[in-house]
Amino acid sequence: METLLHRHRDKTVLVLVIFAQLVLIAVQVRNDQDVRMIRVWSVTAITPLARVLETLRGGGVGFFRNYIRVQDAREENRRLQAELDRLKMENRFLKTELSTADRAKALVAFQQRYQPKSVAARVIATGAGANSKVVFVDRGSGSGVEKGMPVVTPDGIVGKVIAAYPTASEVMLVTDPEFAAGVVSQKNHIAGTLKGEGGANCKVEYVASEEKIEVGDWFYTSGDDRVFPRGFPVGVVRSVRSASPYKEILVEPKGLEHGLEAVLIMLEGLHQVIPEASPPNAPVYLAPPPPPGPGEQAVQPSGPAGTDADRLRQRYQQLGDAQGHKFGEGLPGSKPPDFNLKLPAGAAGQTPKPTQGAEGASGQAGEPANSPAAAPQKKTTPRTGDEHAVDKPANGAARSRPLAGSQSAPSPPQ
Amino acid sequence: MNESGDRILVGNQREQVSRFRARVLLFVPLAAILFQVYLPRPFPFLGYLELPLLVTIYFALMRRSQIGGLFVGALIGLAQDSLSTKPVGMFGIVKTLVGYFAASVGLRIDVEHPFIRLVLTFFFYFFHQVLYWVLSRGLLGEQIAFEIRQTLVLGLLNAIVGVAVFHFLDKLREPA
Repeated sequence: METLLHRHRDKTVLVLVIFAQLVLIAVQVRNDQDVRMIRVWSVTAITPLARVLETLRGGGVGFFRNYIRVQDAREENRRLQAELDRLKMENRFLKTELSTADRAKALVAFQQRYQPKSVAARVIATGAGANSKVVFVDRGSGSGVEKGMPVVTPDGIVGKVIAAYPTASEVMLVTDPEFAAGVVSQKNHIAGTLKGEGGANCKVEYVASEEKIEVGDWFYTSGDDRVFPRGFPVGVVRSVRSASPYKEILVEPKGLEHGLEAVLIMLEGLHQVIPEASPPNAPVYLAPPPPPGPGEQAVQPSGPAGTDADRLRQRYQQLGDAQGHKFGEGLPGSKPPDFNLKLPAGAAGQTPKPTQGAEGASGQAGEPANSPAAAPQKKTTPRTGDEHAVDKPANGAARSRPLAGSQSAPSPPQ
Repeated sequence: MNESGDRILVGNQREQVSRFRARVLLFVPLAAILFQVYLPRPFPFLGYLELPLLVTIYFALMRRSQIGGLFVGALIGLAQDSLSTKPVGMFGIVKTLVGYFAASVGLRIDVEHPFIRLVLTFFFYFFHQVLYWVLSRGLLGEQIAFEIRQTLVLGLLNAIVGVAVFHFLDKLREPA
């Protein structure tokens, strides 16, 4: 080797001098994305090697898994995972931005506007350094990737591109201490700034201590940073500590939850609507009441009174029912029901619900079923906490009505 | 073959290595660079003269050492770069290659003949301009056009001036 170099000493010196000057140029010159050419060249030289190594590794592992252990299962799993990712994205899109739009239109919009503007990439390497929160993906400026583009997975945001090379891109993860993004809470729409901590979690800063953030709240991208489109999930609050002047909020990023293998680079942002948080008193499923046993009367469930206005409305309804008055009928100037009529204490605030069968069973058109004439057979069953009289017509259909109202309802329906 | 032809072909056999004083090697390139930096301001037409290139070609041809030639080219090029707005190394790379190839040519043919000097200077000027254009496009991404006709004319002009300059520089050689 030494002899060879000595024999071609002039050429060796020429190559060295040229190379030194190339390095000198590369240190000075930046490309159009403000990255030094020496970094571009280094990454361009390294990433093919990393890609080959990753392919070999993946190929070796894939061979072992596919052909020796669970060939079919792995292939199926891969396909299903891709399908799941696609469906997650589609589902999120349909749930959020297009909740008010027609579903078919939303799907077309999603396919036309969303999918072509993102590019799938594979993580092929991590950045040098022990605490590095930077990864390299196998898509670069040749695929349209540019510095500053957001990187996401169907689960949430992952990071942003900090340098785009011809064959690869460098992505700063959300957990990097230098990372920052504008976020907003789902429940109360409280804005803050997401910052990495260098660990597994992130923190949300600049949320005033008087704001209401709870553990379990979701944060979404706000779009204010002009990097991440609005409405992408960020993570869920793991801890909240009150401090002055800002809260200390720890957020678990969801985009990194399942490890990083495949990501999406958003070539063009598409803002979405942040989904509304579920109301705390969301309606819950209530099973139908049990069928009446032998000798028992069926009781219609009465809905709980809500606001004062609801209760007042129910009271007027009961008063009207007790006096055979139907609101909304009758000519102007006709006699109104007596609103000072005394109702029994247990009947106030309850909602009697006329049963269709009872109406039909009365057999008298135009006459309310709960009028004395319409209730020839009446059996009163006092019930604890539910002071209702239950009218049992001949056909067995049950109907509830206030006790006293039915007794003192002299006026005919108007 | 006449006497002139013999001189051209047997130049390497005589192994005439021209020697120069250190101050000549220092001040002549410096003067050439300063000439190109300052004189085109009052005399814009002088901007077409590539005196640093001519000096590089001359020293590389006459030294007949490839390593010496490439270092002369590199140093003159880097000095020229340091006074330009382009990244340092652009002229350095180009003149390094010019110096290397000029010295390689000087090893093989007799470069004392004015016609040979004229042709070589014209060729190296064209080579220099093409290489610089390639590097500008490749390394710096500059979308500049290459004016081949203008380059050929300027190459001829520089070659004519180069023959005169070489004749003057011959007088600065140390006597054998």
